[in-house]
Amino acid sequence: MSVLVDEKTRLLVQGFTGREGTFHAQQMIEYGTVVMGGVTPGKGGSKHLERPVFNTVRDAVKETGANASVIFVPPPFAADAILEAADADIPLVICITEGIPVLDMVRVAAVVDFKETRLIGPNCPGVISPGKCKIGIMPGRIHKQGHVGVVSRSGTLTYEAVDQLTRLGIGQSTCIGIGGDPIIGTTFLDAIRLFNDDADTHAIIMIGEIGGDAEERAAQWIKTNVKKPVVGFIAGQTAPRGRRMGHAGAIISGGQGTAKDKYAAMGAAGIRCVETPADLGSTVAATLK
Amino acid sequence: MKIHEYQAKAILARYGVAIPRGEVAYRKEEARGTAQRLKSNIVVVKAQIHAGGRGKGGGVKLARSADEAAEIASQILGMNLITAQTGPGGRIVKRLLIEEGLDIKRELYLSLLVDRASGKVIFMASTAGGMEIEEVAKDNPDAILREVISPVVGLQPYQARKLAFGLGLLMEAVNNAVPFLLALYRAFIDTDASMLEINPCVLTGDSKLVALDAKMTIDDNALFRHKELRELRDLDEEDPLEVEASKYGLNYIKLDGSVACMVNGAGLAMATMDIIKYAGGSPANFLDVGGGASADQVKNAFGILMADPAVKAVFINIFGGILRCDVLASGVVAAAKDLQLKVPVVVRMEGTNVELGQKILRDSKLNFTIADGMKDGAQKVVALAAGAR
Repeated sequence: MSVLVDEKTRLLVQGFTGREGTFHAQQMIEYGTVVMGGVTPGKGGSKHLERPVFNTVRDAVKETGANASVIFVPPPFAADAILEAADADIPLVICITEGIPVLDMVRVAAVVDFKETRLIGPNCPGVISPGKCKIGIMPGRIHKQGHVGVVSRSGTLTYEAVDQLTRLGIGQSTCIGIGGDPIIGTTFLDAIRLFNDDADTHAIIMIGEIGGDAEERAAQWIKTNVKKPVVGFIAGQTAPRGRRMGHAGAIISGGQGTAKDKYAAMGAAGIRCVETPADLGSTVAATLK
Repeated sequence: MKIHEYQAKAILARYGVAIPRGEVAYRKEEARGTAQRLKSNIVVVKAQIHAGGRGKGGGVKLARSADEAAEIASQILGMNLITAQTGPGGRIVKRLLIEEGLDIKRELYLSLLVDRASGKVIFMASTAGGMEIEEVAKDNPDAILREVISPVVGLQPYQARKLAFGLGLLMEAVNNAVPFLLALYRAFIDTDASMLEINPCVLTGDSKLVALDAKMTIDDNALFRHKELRELRDLDEEDPLEVEASKYGLNYIKLDGSVACMVNGAGLAMATMDIIKYAGGSPANFLDVGGGASADQVKNAFGILMADPAVKAVFINIFGGILRCDVLASGVVAAAKDLQLKVPVVVRMEGTNVELGQKILRDSKLNFTIADGMKDGAQKVVALAAGAR
């Protein structure tokens, strides 16, 4: 088993015919993801990558029966794209786009919270269940099917962790990039609940970074609810206060959201914390022995 | 993007937020002229820099005449103002705000910001005006009032009344406070602000609220739809190398260490800074060349790193996912030849075609040290930086 995405996932690509959308749709198809088609307003009725293009998400869902969507729409239009997917009642919407205005996301969250739609991201690498389905921009070949769930705010740090696991012969059930923005759909806590309930996930890696208190909230829950081993890392121990470290959400503001606080909360919850991401793979290996 | 106090106040005034009368001054004589026009018993001369704590640092002074205002202006203009928020380097003051003095009864704290946990805009208020809100939050968290605002209907009058009564205002002041608070919210939303802080907001003798100070940050990601706000950017307030890097779309933050780093991805870039520290060194910067960094970006990034004279060694830490390691290595070699690098460079690559990438680096006969893993790389680069000193 795995969480969120698998062989039954039927994917739509919003922003299908754009440069990013085209490149990554191709990569996903090569990986084996079932890509039903895509949406680009004005190009409905045409074909792209041998798949149909639709003007609206609703049309696309009606014609293809898609149950997931991935968004590669540029930042000024990405919030609208998420809302359109939610309006079409797509169960899973994964937004890759980086740079969406935060007040746009405030409005999106207010709508999505009342829908059945689960949003992943924005500003995330996507979700992959190795060997089954890849949605997003992560390099598929470094992954291996298995039993470790990975949840992370950072793309390349996730790849680091996955690559270490795979080299050690340890596969992954699902890897979820939740995104580096201050307002995101699925949180650490949501992802960890999913992994906790998944019988096929035997251990969890959580990779956080400075800013906000999502790691602390997850740690609180893990403490009382999770029996599976959890290995954690927080990036930004040396980050200066008040500066945005690349990700819009990676900022220590008002003394809140430091790596030190997060490590303290995670340690108190029994999470095995590592000082550097280089130790993630070996630490998981040790817990699985 | 941060903007100056006088710029923020001009925006707020357009929404009907009461602010003190005043004008910006770049020269002593402008300060004198403004002070004369204000016809106020007391005028306030305020240094305009993008950092708080100006009063304690000597950047805010009272004057009782236009001559005194001019005198103070000449002292503050050009001074290197050091506050708790500027860091030890301080900032050179180039602009002043000359304002009328007010009849102040009480000082309050107000702010609007995007709350991550609720995913909504919240209004915060406290009676401890003039104090840092972090201090209040630490010592007396119950003294901070919070109203969570629904993005569907926006700030409602009843919420503004709750805040006003909560601040202990009397009925006449409450009636004045409601439109004041609603105007602040409208200004926040319309400008795509991510933070707006009025500290202090003062209650005057005639029961009115006035924004005595204003700190405003605009969401960089929303600037595409605010042409007029983009013009408020003050490059003098930013590090020159950071300005240069932003032209190339590089995410660069200058720090004060000696080990430069070039990394793809924000999380890995932060983790690289951390591991340099862990190995006993000190990072010279944060630099994210982007998840799919190209050879050109690598070259631009090298240029920025080499322009920092404190840099003694460079650590390139790249995970080649979509970007293959051999392509990256070719980019590094080309850039190193072009720029005639004078400092040692440690390269740690992982991912697709890593063997080929390492071969390209070795065959170049340039001064590269190839690291076996992130930890090894950090140790090597810290040793090299120490040796170069």
